[in-house]
Amino acid sequence: MTVAALPTRKDEAFRYADLDALAGVWPVAREEILVPSGQSTSLSVVEDSEGAVARHLVIELEAGASFDLRILNCGAAFGRIAVDAQLGEGASFTLGAAQLGSGVQVLEIVTEVSHLAPNAVSRQTIRSVLAGQATGTYLGKVAVARGALGTDSEQSVRAMLLSRTATANAKPELEIYADDVKCAHGCAVGELDAQGLFYLESRGLPPELAKQLMLQAFIAEAFSGAADEERLQALALARLGELV
Amino acid sequence: MLQINNLSATVADKPILKGLSLSINAGEIHAIMGPNGAGKSTLAYTLGGRPGYEVTGGSVTFTPPTRHPREGGDPSPAVGNTQGQELGSRFRGNDESVLGIDLLTLAPHERAAAGLFLGFQYPVEIPGVSFVQFLREAANAQRTARGEPPLSGAEFLKLAREKAGLLKMDMDMLKRPVNVGFSGGEKKRAEMVQMGILDPSFAVLDETDSGLDIDALRIVGEGINAIMRKPDKAVLLITHYQRLLDYVKPDFVHVLAGGRIVKSGGAELALQLEEEGYEAVAA
Repeated sequence: MTVAALPTRKDEAFRYADLDALAGVWPVAREEILVPSGQSTSLSVVEDSEGAVARHLVIELEAGASFDLRILNCGAAFGRIAVDAQLGEGASFTLGAAQLGSGVQVLEIVTEVSHLAPNAVSRQTIRSVLAGQATGTYLGKVAVARGALGTDSEQSVRAMLLSRTATANAKPELEIYADDVKCAHGCAVGELDAQGLFYLESRGLPPELAKQLMLQAFIAEAFSGAADEERLQALALARLGELV
Repeated sequence: MLQINNLSATVADKPILKGLSLSINAGEIHAIMGPNGAGKSTLAYTLGGRPGYEVTGGSVTFTPPTRHPREGGDPSPAVGNTQGQELGSRFRGNDESVLGIDLLTLAPHERAAAGLFLGFQYPVEIPGVSFVQFLREAANAQRTARGEPPLSGAEFLKLAREKAGLLKMDMDMLKRPVNVGFSGGEKKRAEMVQMGILDPSFAVLDETDSGLDIDALRIVGEGINAIMRKPDKAVLLITHYQRLLDYVKPDFVHVLAGGRIVKSGGAELALQLEEEGYEAVAA
């Protein structure tokens, strides 16, 4: 097996990556996960280590299989998690991810969800909170193969910038070769609502606590319904406390 | 309790308050009425410390009474001399608090901890944050700032249930996200539930009566009386209409026009305004 060359900026999937950091962990091993027909599995990935992390999950869902993936991407100087999911007939794929960055962190989630057969469902919810000069990226491609009728796909991508120097990149992308499909995507980048903050502060919450509460609510959807929702929320909350 | 002296304030560099003076003592309820654009909401926000409301002159001195921790459902024993708390000494019944606090130097959350409550004309919706969670955090943040022990979950829920009952509000509504999906009237009632829970010494209520139907108006009026009509508390009611004042009898009524108080009187002034209009009375 030949080792793939280090990607360059021209690779769309690496356009916003920290290539110097990536070089240190290249090549990235494929982590293959097979969910057999009719089975359900879940996985929570928490990247809170220091240094550079790059992972590539390749998930194959057979007919009627379901996979629930949650990602908290918050620790590394460079944290990249790529996810390829291939959905068989009637399969169900859920991704809920939060990226919480500060300093000069570069965090990215790059997904390619392929609906290969009819009636598969995919749900992606990505929330990024970025402070300092951090960069958070979501590149999400949904591909619907010819004949994958009844595909039902949703991407909800939102980013919150806590400073004017933070960056959010978001690119939901659809590639559809079938009729009769439902592919919804929404994307928004914003700042904390100043009116809401003042409202909370006027009731006695110090600014940091008010921000933390609003950000906790902002990312909650990413972990809602997860098997270990409480653990993920608690880890995220602790990290948010450092961001505000 | 609150001494506003020659207060001037601008919003986006536009002068709105132009030398407003007002003195409110403990045990008093004052109503401020006035035409649109007179500066009523600006006064409320300036007292609350909202960013963007720039004070360009004058002073506001707040002298909260010594707090009696047994009141307001506080289960803790009398406050001792807790040293080293961030804001503690400013709220004790010591010489400092008798002299009063320069309200304008405090951040919004510090004003709340000192005993100020601002009832919003348009309460803000905050998706994803429940009333119960937010109010418990807020109540405990205030208590910590005053050097009081925090309320436990059970103590807080008991207090919240009692105050919600006072405003005839279903406790389940307080488990919902802050103001999200609430009708105009429900939002205003929720404001009063918050006031009941936070138990302030001084409340500025900005058009709390707007958006209320007749029954809700009575419930809110009675709520204000039950929570704030006390010898050691005071209220500044900002309103357009006489209606609320049928339930919450003001001791003083002021007319605010062009950024200052142009006329003051007793409760009868509100009736006269209703009868004759601002222009005739304030001229």
